[in-house]
Amino acid sequence: MTVSPDLNVDTVEEIQEASLLRDTMRAFARNRMALLGLVFVALLVFLAIFAPIVSPHDPYRMALDEQFLPPSTTYWLGTDNFGRDVLTRIIYGARISLVVGIVPSLISLIIGTFMGVLSGYIGGKVDFVIMRLADMMIAFPSLLLAMVVMYTLGANLFNIFVALALVGWAGVARVVRSQTLALKEKEFIEAAHANGASRVTIMFRHIFPNVVPTLIVLFSLSIPDAIMWESSLSFLGVGVQPPEASWGLLVSRGKEYLFQAPVVAIAPGVAILLTVLAFNFVGDGLRDALDPSMKD
Amino acid sequence: MTEKTDNVLSVRDLRTEFRGDRGHVRVLEDISFDVGRGKIVGLVGESGSGKSMTALSLMGLVPKPRGQVTATRMDLDGTDLTRLSQDGLRQLRGRDISMVFQEPMTSLNPVRKVWEQVGEPLAVHQGMKRRAIRARVLEMFEMVGIPDPKARLDAYPHQLSGGLRQRAMIAMGLICEPKLLIADEPTTALDVTTQAQILRLMLDLRDRVGTSIIMITHDLGIIAEMCDEVNVMYAGQIVEQANVFDLFERPSHPYTRGLLASIPKATEKRLSRRMPSIPGMVPNLAKLPGGCRFRPRCGDAMPICMQKDPGLADLGNGHGARCWLHLPHDAHPQGETA
Amino acid sequence: MNDIVISARNLTKHYHLGGGLGGAGQIVRAVDGVSLDIHERETFALVGESGCGKTTLGRIMLRLQEPSGGEINYRGQELTTLDEKGMRALRKKLQVVFQDPYASLNPRMRIEQILAEPLRAHGYGSAAEIRERCAALLEMVGLRRQYLRSYPHQFSGGQRQRIGIARALANNPDFVVCDESVSALDVSIQAQVLNLLRDLQDELKLTYFFITHDLSVVRQFADRVGVMFLGRLVEVGTTEEIFSAPKHPYTMFLISAVPRADPHQRSRERPILKGEIPSPMDMPNGCRFHTRCPFAQDICRTEDPEPQTQGTRTVACHFPLEA
Repeated sequence: MTVSPDLNVDTVEEIQEASLLRDTMRAFARNRMALLGLVFVALLVFLAIFAPIVSPHDPYRMALDEQFLPPSTTYWLGTDNFGRDVLTRIIYGARISLVVGIVPSLISLIIGTFMGVLSGYIGGKVDFVIMRLADMMIAFPSLLLAMVVMYTLGANLFNIFVALALVGWAGVARVVRSQTLALKEKEFIEAAHANGASRVTIMFRHIFPNVVPTLIVLFSLSIPDAIMWESSLSFLGVGVQPPEASWGLLVSRGKEYLFQAPVVAIAPGVAILLTVLAFNFVGDGLRDALDPSMKD
Repeated sequence: MTEKTDNVLSVRDLRTEFRGDRGHVRVLEDISFDVGRGKIVGLVGESGSGKSMTALSLMGLVPKPRGQVTATRMDLDGTDLTRLSQDGLRQLRGRDISMVFQEPMTSLNPVRKVWEQVGEPLAVHQGMKRRAIRARVLEMFEMVGIPDPKARLDAYPHQLSGGLRQRAMIAMGLICEPKLLIADEPTTALDVTTQAQILRLMLDLRDRVGTSIIMITHDLGIIAEMCDEVNVMYAGQIVEQANVFDLFERPSHPYTRGLLASIPKATEKRLSRRMPSIPGMVPNLAKLPGGCRFRPRCGDAMPICMQKDPGLADLGNGHGARCWLHLPHDAHPQGETA
Repeated sequence: MNDIVISARNLTKHYHLGGGLGGAGQIVRAVDGVSLDIHERETFALVGESGCGKTTLGRIMLRLQEPSGGEINYRGQELTTLDEKGMRALRKKLQVVFQDPYASLNPRMRIEQILAEPLRAHGYGSAAEIRERCAALLEMVGLRRQYLRSYPHQFSGGQRQRIGIARALANNPDFVVCDESVSALDVSIQAQVLNLLRDLQDELKLTYFFITHDLSVVRQFADRVGVMFLGRLVEVGTTEEIFSAPKHPYTMFLISAVPRADPHQRSRERPILKGEIPSPMDMPNGCRFHTRCPFAQDICRTEDPEPQTQGTRTVACHFPLEA
């Protein structure tokens, strides 16, 4: 096959082997706040995984003679009403709070994406049914819904996941659906259709990869949400049950002694605040880094 | 009214640079041209040639501090634009220079009535009252040939067709009787028959009101129909400048020649199955080739072209071409650099 | 004639707008009774202004959208009655090159994946064979095979359009719809891509259905031209016939409106069309063009002219212009 002579002149610029992943990482690394957030999150994950090794005390050991000790070199953040080390409790609390942050977000993401792509791409009745379902979930006061689930199914970690996923998927589905609707009009989808690609192929190979950046951002931004949710549920007494430690629970129990030993409630509160902030920074950074228009 | 020249705008050595993470990019270099009073001057080039950036630089709309604009002279009818503050430039925009953009849909706010937007420069620059503004907008609508102008005053942008929106934009551009109107691809988004209407309107307005116009376009047909003087831009430089007849009769830069050859012509029979074309593509401004910027695509390239960027050669009658073909040089330079 | 590749009879596409809560809604007649034959190895250009239905016509000819009525015959095979599966198999032979080189390539796929998709969809061969074919396609449009691993955003508009062409040609098609395929490109690049399309046509014996609003490109590139106005084909003829002696007033105004790249030809006396295109939702009675036509008579306001064919020429006008 001959090539048009005017194309033969090779002034085409050098194009290096590219990787979307590497470009994204480079763009992310340029954002200082996002990087700081990422470092904080990494540190938190490290502490949570190695809690038994890194924490200075036993989280469950009670010592009634050591109640409400002020911060000292032995107890960096003092002790609570049972004489347990507050810092240790926070480190152990990170385990539950992180799991509660990540697992239900992941579940609602998976359900929401599936529903959203289906709803947006297939349209018609499927769209109608899924979206009315989502509307119901969104319209219902979600805290109430979660509380109902917890009361009826019992307050334990698994049920927290169920409750949070139930609340979370609808929002994801809405975002993914609107993205799918926009993508569906793109010429490359039409091109795939013209090439004989099946509907399933189009949904998985064309639409889904283009939704992934949004999903990553949604995910990182829904983690702080879930942590807050868990805190609220535990604070209201329907979440994690003592003697387990989650940050929400720590704040909720600590608030009773706010005047005797403010650190007991404030320290886990600060932990929640910092974690939520860190995830938000990471999420914002990802959103910018994943936007192809930000790359050159 | 003492020593006013017959040039409304005079630009010398305009240069615009952007500072980025990976060093400077010089998007405009050595831009010098004049706009005569009541003349239509064309800036023509392909995407990335710097024609729109020239307009933004004149209007003081290059984003700072990343963008830096310098010039030895930028004179708008006696006002030195290089010395104006941000605020001074802002007051100038819409009053002394105004601009018409490509997309008449996105350049109008969809939730405000057309007359309020068209009359906005009057409110900003002359502090006029609403009733007076409305009357003036009606006059302008009549002038730009909007049918049933009274009824159109209270329309919202989506209620007007693309052609009418562009007429409204032109009315807005001219409402303060500016010294210079910059039209940036004003008809690119329109259909051919509507384009013909808008172009004729602009010519009529120039004749009736004496507006000086900078016409930015990629379409040499529009240049030939409208302009008195033409500047051909390539990779951030003016590569050829001439009056419109000289340019089309004696194109002197290889790029201009290539461009003129490669545009399909609706009025000429097809002679061969293949069309003449310029090989290669527009260079990336961050990685310009050394020497002449057009050299990698040029059929007439010589050794000197690789070593030294040519200046604008004077071909007489205000005709200039940035090419070594028209400049004295050592035919076989031995490794000297500029 | 035996050399007809695709033939459309009385094609229509109507959209229903609104009419939600018991209201009648409105009907937009985007394509309204179009018949035409496309011959083997020719370039048939379809011109018209925005909203005239040319893109929709291109889509329904390939059944990328379902026509509301009419027939499409591709080499003896009726397309409108074909089921999904049969249609998918035929897509090998019927291809499109799209307008926007930025939107028509999936930004998250490597060039290799983009080119491999049509091959896989039609069971081209083993992974190695597909890979080799992708490389060959890339070289066929003047790009190096090293770029297989690159992503669309690394290429310029012209290069992307070449990739779009390579994708359309993956399965050796027979009939290619080019929908404004060079309109988004700069002039110097546009000529390159047109030459490429021309070379590929000669080499691969392709038939083009070339949809565009750019009459200059049509004159230099097309063999025959169809002019569309508000859902109807108002004039069809060879390129030279249409440009040197337009018979339909709309065609004449369209050609007259194109800016001439010669300052000596500038003239403000050249006729230009006044007014606005009527809305396709509110079509005028009689001839659709009569509201803007300076030659309109009473009959034009009441009776819709039927297309009349004489030799290579078809015109739908009560008072066709004399040469």
